[in-house]
Amino acid sequence: MSVDEPTDKAAHIRHLLATEREAVRENTSHFNRERYRASTEYEGYEELRGRAREIKEDAIERLPELIETVRESVEANGGTVYVADDAADANRYVEEVVRDDGDTVVKSKSMTTEEIDLNEALEAAGVDVYETDLGEFVVQVADEAPSHLVGPSLHRSSDDIAELFNDRFDPEEPLETAQELTEFARDYLGDRIVEADVGVTGANFVLAESGTITLVTNEGNGRKVAATPDTHVAVAGIEKLLPSIEELKPFTELIARAATGQDVPQYLSMLTPPSDSPSLDFDDPTTPLSKQGSEDREFHLVLLDNGRTEMREDPQLRETLYCIRCGACANSCANFQQVGGHAFGGETYTGGIATGWEAGVEGLDTAAEFNDLCTGCSRCVNACPVEIDIPWINTVVRDRVNRGADEGQFDHLVEGLTPDEEPGGMDLGKRFFGNFETAAKLGSATAPLSNWLANAGPVRAGMERVLGIDGRRDLPQFERETFRDWFEKRGGAAASTKRARETRAAGGSLVPRDEATREAIVYPDLYTNYVRPGRGRAAVRVLEALGVHVEVPDVPSSGRAPLSQGMVATADAKASRVFGALAEHLDAGRDVVVVEPSDLAMFRREYEKFLPDASHQRLSENSYEAVEYVFGLLENGGDADVLTGPDADDPGVAYHSHCQQRTLGAAAHTQAVLDRLGYDVVLSEAECCGMAGSFGYKRDYYELSMAVGEDLATEFGGVHGNRRVVASGTSCLDQLDDLLDRKPAHPVELLDPART
Amino acid sequence: MSNVRIAGFGEALEDHGVSWARTDIEGFRSTLVDALVNPAVGVPLGYEGVSLDDAPVTVDPTPAELRAATTGVTPARLGVATYGSFLIDSDAKGSEPVSLYPERHVAVVRESDLVADLPAALDELGDAYAENPASAVFATGPSATGDMGALVEGVHGPKHVHAVVLENR
Repeated sequence: MSVDEPTDKAAHIRHLLATEREAVRENTSHFNRERYRASTEYEGYEELRGRAREIKEDAIERLPELIETVRESVEANGGTVYVADDAADANRYVEEVVRDDGDTVVKSKSMTTEEIDLNEALEAAGVDVYETDLGEFVVQVADEAPSHLVGPSLHRSSDDIAELFNDRFDPEEPLETAQELTEFARDYLGDRIVEADVGVTGANFVLAESGTITLVTNEGNGRKVAATPDTHVAVAGIEKLLPSIEELKPFTELIARAATGQDVPQYLSMLTPPSDSPSLDFDDPTTPLSKQGSEDREFHLVLLDNGRTEMREDPQLRETLYCIRCGACANSCANFQQVGGHAFGGETYTGGIATGWEAGVEGLDTAAEFNDLCTGCSRCVNACPVEIDIPWINTVVRDRVNRGADEGQFDHLVEGLTPDEEPGGMDLGKRFFGNFETAAKLGSATAPLSNWLANAGPVRAGMERVLGIDGRRDLPQFERETFRDWFEKRGGAAASTKRARETRAAGGSLVPRDEATREAIVYPDLYTNYVRPGRGRAAVRVLEALGVHVEVPDVPSSGRAPLSQGMVATADAKASRVFGALAEHLDAGRDVVVVEPSDLAMFRREYEKFLPDASHQRLSENSYEAVEYVFGLLENGGDADVLTGPDADDPGVAYHSHCQQRTLGAAAHTQAVLDRLGYDVVLSEAECCGMAGSFGYKRDYYELSMAVGEDLATEFGGVHGNRRVVASGTSCLDQLDDLLDRKPAHPVELLDPART
Repeated sequence: MSNVRIAGFGEALEDHGVSWARTDIEGFRSTLVDALVNPAVGVPLGYEGVSLDDAPVTVDPTPAELRAATTGVTPARLGVATYGSFLIDSDAKGSEPVSLYPERHVAVVRESDLVADLPAALDELGDAYAENPASAVFATGPSATGDMGALVEGVHGPKHVHAVVLENR
């Protein structure tokens, strides 16, 4: 489906929320939970991911050589290898093979044949094609696109499928249950398999040295399709090549765990066709299997390029080729869980990594249609079994989409607010959010007038129309006194005696440098500085109470806002400026304490792309999430009693951590610190609040954002309805503000010695 | 062969929904017969001291007998202790279709052919494929799908899998 107008996009999402949400949510959350369980239970899972990554890096590096190796081995085994340049080339070859052998094809599940629209090509040539994977069969009968890499029909419930089958096949007894539907499909497709002339499969892996095709299946259809007809055609992208069985090992342990949480698939086929397995002529009533022979067996391996060589040469898209199509990125994605692959996908591929595939295989236009659904929350980063930086691929593609746009009529409206490194013509809303720093500076300087003005009817209407900011959202309220203003002012009279000993008046810390156990910078991120200075003030007081000399220097914004809009060049420039401003502090041995988790994630993760390795390492290693830092201080002898614990009648705390904070492994510290101070803490089970920076402000995505937030609202509004709500991220706080009646706070505000 | 590995294999079989029995050569026939649901077909086991010949199993069936059978009996080249998997060869005897088409698969595996885990099994397979590449499948439990809206066992492959573990020295 092509979705050009923003309003169409919102309507399409609304439609999917109404129709497919329930089944998609149930199935993907189930896969996701099972993946967590399976990966935790398997000792050494993380090491396996690293090993799998290395193997893929090496295999893609050696790809041309592996293609030659597999050509030799398959031919030596008696098969044929055809390297197809593109979809048409591949389809033409398969069509010729099929025409030589008959006119009926059975297929096992293959996304690669979906990519080239093989079924359509064969059907146009008069061939009957039957999908035998039950999920693929459902979408074939329904004439739909798969909605998930692993579960093509997971957007449909049993009732849906029963209605579809009863309508289409008109069985004597109407089908109802999953059991009945499965038996019906098995019998129907079983007949098709024994009648078929050609079996077409994909390949999960292709082992170059032996010419072995590895198929991972649960239903057994892949085995039947490969073993029953005489002719077997396997269609695989060239990126599926691995050198040998040795390199396959980590993938056999990873793939099912990552996909469905199974320890091992039901069937892991290691086919080196043409096989010795007897040809089965089911019309022959007398010849036993051992006399049926396998001489008529034919095997064709079609290796598909279709843009992959170019992807390999593209340093940003290259790692897409490491993908083993397990669907873990989709299952871990909060937006995907709500709308599934019919929104979050292109022509063929769905979920987070689909952006890379669609950009490489189809082109930017297709990728652009759903690219905005990636919020960069990074939950897929730890889910991916081959450690692909999927959010980065999404960001790069967003950047390319931005750069591909033409200049628009409204550019002049945001020019003054957008001192960026980006081309004219990009989406105005993106440009506005990407340059949020300018708006924040201006808004704060003119608050409260700016807040009043921004919320006035005509202005909101204009913001919705031109910038796509949804009118149902409360806008951030800018504070007239910024966090840095407060810090500077505070170094006045009250602190003068202590600060007199300072050699220079470098800020307003109440702890003299020469009496401090440590020195730290509290990074004045955009949101803490202009919108939520209270959490900065609390962080300063907490650190000082623990004996840390604090400074709040003038450091530019991190570049998170522009990066989230795909403005890579702007973010890159910001990274250099941030590092420039922090370098002397790092050299002086000061720790960098970051209140906003998405900015900490910039320093630790994304800056790796922008800064020299040594600079990135120095900043990354010395940066801490605010409460993570408190945890470290307490672990090293800090006195917890100087912080504020629960009140006598404390209602307890409901804590929602931040997506990127969890990816960094910096979320558990908050719970540990609150526990240690005696708070009764529950953690949200909902993984994502749905806000994700600017995402939830956008008119196209407002409803999706609220749909994602529903789980959190139910949890914190229901059984935990009396607890004090705390959250680490600005976005999460904004969303909780909208979802709940209670005012949420940052956890460091609970610890604040000045809290009353 | 250690009893520890056999116990682990048995536990893994049960975890994956596979029933099993352990027997020696003397007890093989009756153990096998107990595991059959007729009509049964099979391929020659190729193990010393035991055979399907005196059991109610049609050895080396026609394709029509294969399709009509409820039970298929095959040897397993290896058993994988951690997952309760069998490595079934796609051999000229028809082990692949016989283990796949009938509703019930009875796999006979020798204790001496049990390996600790999948990487160990792949090592053995890799050595064999280096000499002579062939086809085989690691099969674990019954065939299954969630595609019809709920987990259902017994799809294109068997609905029930039973293991006969044969003691040998």
